[in-house]
Amino acid sequence: MPNKFEAGTFDCIVIGAGHAGVEAALAAARMGASTLVLTLNLDMVAFMPCNPSIGGPAKGIVVREIDALGGAMGKVIDKTHIQMRMLNTGKGPAVRALRAQLDKVLYQQEMKRVLEETDNLKLLQGAVEELIVEDDVVIGVSTQSGAIYRAKTVLITTGTFLRGEVVIGDIRYSSGPNNQMPSIKLADNLRELGFGMVRFKTGTPPRVNSRTIDYSKTEIQPGDDVPRAFSFETTEFIMDQLPCWLTYTSPRTHEIINESLHLSPMYSGEIKSASPSYCPSIEDKIVRFSDKSRHQIFLEPEGRNTQEVYVQGLSTSLPEYIQKQLIESVPGLENAEMMRAGYAIEYDSIIPTQLKPTLETKKIRNLYTAGQLNGTSGYEEAAGQGLMAGINAAARALGKEELVLGRADAYIGVLIDDLVTKGTSEPYRLLTSRAEYRLLLRHDNADLRLTEIGYGLGLISENRHENYLVKKKEIEEEVARLRKITIKPEEHVHEIMGESTEIKLKEPMKAAHILKRPEINYNQIARIVPPIEKLSLEVEEQVEIFIKYEGYIEKSMQQVERMKKMEDKKIPDNIDYDAISGIATEAKVTLNVVRPLSIAQASRMPGVNPADISILLVYIEHGKIAKIT
Amino acid sequence: MHFDTIAAISTPAGEGAIAIVRLSGDEAVQIADRVFRSPSGKKLIEEQSHTIHYGHLIDPESGETVEEVMVSLMRAPKTFTREDVVEVNCHGGIVSVNRVLALILVEGARLAEPGEFTKRAFLNGRIDLSQSEAVMDLIRAKTDRAMNVALNQMEGKLSRLIRELRLALVETIAEVEVKIDYPEYDEVEETTIPQMIKTCTWVKEEIDKLLQTSAQGKILREGLSTVIVGRPNVGKSSLLNSLVQENKAIVTDIAGTTRDIIEEYVNVRGVPLKLVDTAGIRETEDIVERIGVERSRQVLKEADLILLVLNSAEELSKEDELLFEAISGMDMIVVANKTDLVQKVDLSRVRELTNNATIVTTSLLQDDGIDELEEAIAGLFFEGTIESEDMTYVSNARHIALLHKASARIEEALGAAEAGIPVDMIQIDVTRTWEILGEIIGDTVQEGLINELFSRFCLGK
Repeated sequence: MPNKFEAGTFDCIVIGAGHAGVEAALAAARMGASTLVLTLNLDMVAFMPCNPSIGGPAKGIVVREIDALGGAMGKVIDKTHIQMRMLNTGKGPAVRALRAQLDKVLYQQEMKRVLEETDNLKLLQGAVEELIVEDDVVIGVSTQSGAIYRAKTVLITTGTFLRGEVVIGDIRYSSGPNNQMPSIKLADNLRELGFGMVRFKTGTPPRVNSRTIDYSKTEIQPGDDVPRAFSFETTEFIMDQLPCWLTYTSPRTHEIINESLHLSPMYSGEIKSASPSYCPSIEDKIVRFSDKSRHQIFLEPEGRNTQEVYVQGLSTSLPEYIQKQLIESVPGLENAEMMRAGYAIEYDSIIPTQLKPTLETKKIRNLYTAGQLNGTSGYEEAAGQGLMAGINAAARALGKEELVLGRADAYIGVLIDDLVTKGTSEPYRLLTSRAEYRLLLRHDNADLRLTEIGYGLGLISENRHENYLVKKKEIEEEVARLRKITIKPEEHVHEIMGESTEIKLKEPMKAAHILKRPEINYNQIARIVPPIEKLSLEVEEQVEIFIKYEGYIEKSMQQVERMKKMEDKKIPDNIDYDAISGIATEAKVTLNVVRPLSIAQASRMPGVNPADISILLVYIEHGKIAKIT
Repeated sequence: MHFDTIAAISTPAGEGAIAIVRLSGDEAVQIADRVFRSPSGKKLIEEQSHTIHYGHLIDPESGETVEEVMVSLMRAPKTFTREDVVEVNCHGGIVSVNRVLALILVEGARLAEPGEFTKRAFLNGRIDLSQSEAVMDLIRAKTDRAMNVALNQMEGKLSRLIRELRLALVETIAEVEVKIDYPEYDEVEETTIPQMIKTCTWVKEEIDKLLQTSAQGKILREGLSTVIVGRPNVGKSSLLNSLVQENKAIVTDIAGTTRDIIEEYVNVRGVPLKLVDTAGIRETEDIVERIGVERSRQVLKEADLILLVLNSAEELSKEDELLFEAISGMDMIVVANKTDLVQKVDLSRVRELTNNATIVTTSLLQDDGIDELEEAIAGLFFEGTIESEDMTYVSNARHIALLHKASARIEEALGAAEAGIPVDMIQIDVTRTWEILGEIIGDTVQEGLINELFSRFCLGK
């Protein structure tokens, strides 16, 4: 045992500097809390152990939300990406999403720079082994070297490091991702403190050397040739992009898998933990979907200054020599050199129903957890939670108000509500279909939804807030103008409308009404009845979406209103579910674990049926009346 | 507190000359006004509180007169629930009262959960604190029973059909969703608007067909078709007379019939029975001889329930056995009559021959055993043992209301599809339809949709 020594006092301590940790630390420090980040390896800040890509449906919207709340992820992507694409452009506005390919090293460097240059933030290499807890309140941490750091709040964002074990074929060893040091003592400490933990599994594919790929046998997948950015503040765009490449598994790939299944830890019973069904290994894909004759393989460069290429679609924990054969069976990769083998990693994660919607643990006050540790998967999910945990930990330390985003406010709200209300039986991934109000949670309006909140927290600059207010006003005024102004059936009107439709305007009609037609866009309307000053593209887009889909937006808003009513019916902290006769036993068990804050949250819990909710309502009202009399 | 508007039948099912459908909630009066027509044309909303009004209920869609009613109007707070309450007094009997309820539900009220009026009375401070426990017990008890009925129905035809419709919808939804969350996924073609229209049109047609049969449901219109059979002189006529005398007959207003009492329609503990071709049965004294006659076969074939009467003072005869054979496999209750005499019949043999049908022993002469028989009939019906050719049950008002909602939503989806709205927006209404249909069979878990995605498609990196 090393000699213990007092090493400093902070408002917040963040354990871990992955995607959750960095957002947590930045938010806390920027809110004015003195913040210490402790990480196992300073060269691994914001490291991407799996694919070099951030964004996509739902996830890309989370990045926008993080940006609107003053987080860093979007801005760092905008400075370090090698390619950006808008997905789902052929569909409605609610499901469009940005996705970027990143230069892994540049991303890390840039994020580290941002942390280093932030006031109130101290970045330190060190291995936390124990939380210091007194009377169920966390008051600090102690490290391997004996240092004791004290703090008002502590956040754990240890990703897949807790009791991490890498598995390749029949080889298994204690390790974090990419052969980093795992965190074992802290995992034991959490168990000792009484936290329920589960074992999850995830995996990554092999990487190959680009110089040994025959790209002529693959299809090119370029980025968009228009400027794209995640951050609403970005003004400089990277146009020099690297493409990705698409190839497929061959019949030989499938043969190899089928012949070597007994060597796969997933099938030999070596790995028993729950793995994500949305991120299957190639073994899984070929076994579970045996009728599919080929699977897509995307070749994604890991950066500008490296030849390493990520082989998306070939995630596997088969022995290294089989992985080599697999690679060689893929058209274009016949002679490819494997640079790193794929592997599966098993790790401890905390059962998230032990958390409050603020991500504070119910068991230990002032302790917060975020990221993959909470049972999620994905950089974006981690970052979103990190941001929220950081905000709430800082708010606690500084005596400010806590922040919980609702399901109608943000995908981040959906994510956290799902976790703390329903828990998860496998690593959780955000999907657009998890959001019941996805029409309201678009990537294009993340700033309109959240900037005001970020500003209130002190995470958004005056200048940005000012711009947001101007944008909002311009949108409102333009919508109002188009609702008021009438377009008459005149020659130039026929001409402009005729560009996209054969239907002719017969009688005078409000501009907004004409814009509701699917084949008419804002640009045409603006040419017929131009605004006094040309509006920005962002404003035009909002005006068009708002008018075109008004009916749908309204329908969603009504749904939200109904939910809000239930959300307002709070359940008292001290409620004793066991004392309520009539609630089904199964429901009592889950209610006791989750301890929902409102009737709305209770009604989303699995195993709690409408009759239980009715009884709960009656009981709560009973309590209120009892207090009055 | 503000709640939505609920409605339910407030009088015991079918019993009594008058039945009451009660509405409670902010929109109770507006909803009633949408279907109520007074001779003066005056709207309820213009009337004083705590007044009663004569008029007719009109189906706003068809313009057809549904019922002749008296409507009581009571405004908050001096009501049972402390909300606006409207009570529609209509003719007793399962037919009329269900039609009234269905109409009101279609116009926007939600079917009250068991005990919900009492619950609201409590929540709005109308009921004393000490009663709250009782309220909770009430909710629990009634819900459990309702759930039992629901579970039984799940095995029924309605749920099979609903499942089929939901499957078609979820396949479409999953294909759209998979392309949203995995735009590069190559296995699924982009779902096109014409495909979506095709599925939605089919689903809408099926829902509307269901609604048509529900609206004119055979049980509600005619009752369970029930045939009394047995050898001569076993007591068939006495049984018929007992059932008719014991129970007030149903009044119907179906086209072609007047408001006369039709003796063959009886209401047994809320279960409407239509005693089929009773005259025929009376004539058919020699039933075994005539069993080969096509018409008799037909009557038996169409029966939902058979009441087989035996003379328990005699041993089973060859004729009885032939009769058992003829009706084997059908839903039946065996009535072993004449228990006032010395018993000779071998009931264990009867059980064997009928595959364990319910046996009720009676002495119709002494008015003995009728209660047990009625209990048995109601039991079979409410437990869902009797499966009519039609799927409509007493609790169908909820189904009808949900089907109407589903039909409206899918129609919106179709309208949007034809207007060229993007697929993922149309999806909002398609998903909602899928959820509403799920409410009918008690299955709406969102997680189900996500599982569907990952079990159907090979997704991920």
